[in-house]
Amino acid sequence: MPAMGFISRGFRGRRRDVASSARVPPGQYVVTDFPVLSAGPTPRVNLDQWSFSIEGEIDEPKRWTWKEFQALPSETVTKDIHCVTKWSKLDTTWKGVSVDTLMGGVETAAEFSTVFSDGGYTTNLTLDDITGNKAWVAYEFDGQPLDPEHGGPVRFLVPHLYFWKSAKWVRGIRLQKEEHPGFWETNGYHIRGDPWQEQRYWGD
Amino acid sequence: MADMTLDGNAIAGLLREIFAMEMTNALGTCGSCGAVNEVGRVQVYVHAPGTVVRCPSCEHVLMRVVRGRGKYWVDLSGVRCLEFAEP
Amino acid sequence: MIKWQLGTLAELKPETPRVSSLYLDVPEWPGHLAGQHVDVRLTAEDGYQAERSYSIASAPEDRRLALTVERLDDGEVSPYLVGELRVGDKLEFRGPIGGFFVWQGQDERPLLLVAGGSGIVPLMSMLRHRASASRKPPARLLYSSRKFEDIIYAQKLARLAAAGDGLSVHHTLTREKPSGWTGYTRRIDAAMVKDVAWPKDTTPAVFVCGPTSFVEAAAQLLVAMDYDPRWIKTERFGATGG
Repeated sequence: MPAMGFISRGFRGRRRDVASSARVPPGQYVVTDFPVLSAGPTPRVNLDQWSFSIEGEIDEPKRWTWKEFQALPSETVTKDIHCVTKWSKLDTTWKGVSVDTLMGGVETAAEFSTVFSDGGYTTNLTLDDITGNKAWVAYEFDGQPLDPEHGGPVRFLVPHLYFWKSAKWVRGIRLQKEEHPGFWETNGYHIRGDPWQEQRYWGD
Repeated sequence: MADMTLDGNAIAGLLREIFAMEMTNALGTCGSCGAVNEVGRVQVYVHAPGTVVRCPSCEHVLMRVVRGRGKYWVDLSGVRCLEFAEP
Repeated sequence: MIKWQLGTLAELKPETPRVSSLYLDVPEWPGHLAGQHVDVRLTAEDGYQAERSYSIASAPEDRRLALTVERLDDGEVSPYLVGELRVGDKLEFRGPIGGFFVWQGQDERPLLLVAGGSGIVPLMSMLRHRASASRKPPARLLYSSRKFEDIIYAQKLARLAAAGDGLSVHHTLTREKPSGWTGYTRRIDAAMVKDVAWPKDTTPAVFVCGPTSFVEAAAQLLVAMDYDPRWIKTERFGATGG
């Protein structure tokens, strides 16, 4: 709570459902729309040239074209998502390929990874946080192809962490032996970002 | 989608907090392409977990600002040089 | 450091069905330059705060500080300012802010102002300031609105243009063609800009303000006419405001 100073008579702000609920992490409020956040221009993606790769600490890097990616076994999952800017959206439905499927058969000594996107955005994630049914590479939201402003054609989805980790316009995962903080993690945001421990900023 | 982008005028207040003076006329040299522009001309993204400022010529990230827990985290490493007059 | 201060709403004047001007009494207002803005902050009883920037509509010479606000249907701040706020209420804000998008009366270059929708607000401050200046450079305003009733300051602009002091005002409507209308009826384009803009050898001072897509289209049209980009100052309001 800020130091109580002036109160604007009659101002309530957007209706914020801050009801405490087992599904809503501390400090969050529930929204029904889907706010768009962006750190840069929306990349224009040519699907003929698009690929998704797993590279780095891996004997044989893996790479899929759009057609190959679409042919992979996919899942439809319904998850709650939590943005570090305090909004949470419940029961969001996504279709995509599980990272477990992509990592199937991969042997690596890496414990860390950098997820990287068109436009230069990166975020760091431990292998533990992206395997074991925790992460997907998603191309549909709510039954429709993913909108470019929400990360389409393909975005990363790791809903148990703050949504800045669910990188939009994702192009691959780089496996690493050391942790490399990503775009926001190098500028004040928490290295891991667990909303249930309210790990928003450095020092949290 | 172009409407998500603002310009340096939109962060005039934020920069006053950080630099303690008006900065939109300051000249910044992009660390990537060398373009020199007044801060008022840069590309600004405010709808993000932080504020991101990009070069209007090459879109290189010039500056990032995050605020939280009573702190600012400021990255100016994308600006090779910032020139501004004494107040 | 600019500090937060309180102003009192002295008068609320509707300009169009969705736009009103707020006239504030501000003790110790330090004065401002035409084109600057203020940051307005609203605080709810539970401590929740929302902040938005609004261009100053009044001239530096005017007695009261004026803001002109468009009420956005899905806005958070604007429906409060235009709808809830009453004469006598206090409003918290800080300013004046800005230095780049500013026009001062000593600038003798011919002035070209290009506005889309609520982008007219800071340009109105410039025109009001120009009206009080002793030496007025010739000025032209190109103002794009959706419909006739959406034109903000329609009568004030007509009065300023009728003063015979070198200002001409050119309107375009993008969503209707009212009968008897003598202005343009289309989005700004190369032909319209060529008609209205000063010849490039006059090295004009240009200010463009409005939604991002409008500003970028207008600026590109002027650069395509061989205007030096450094003559052109832009302020983008974004697609949504408050």
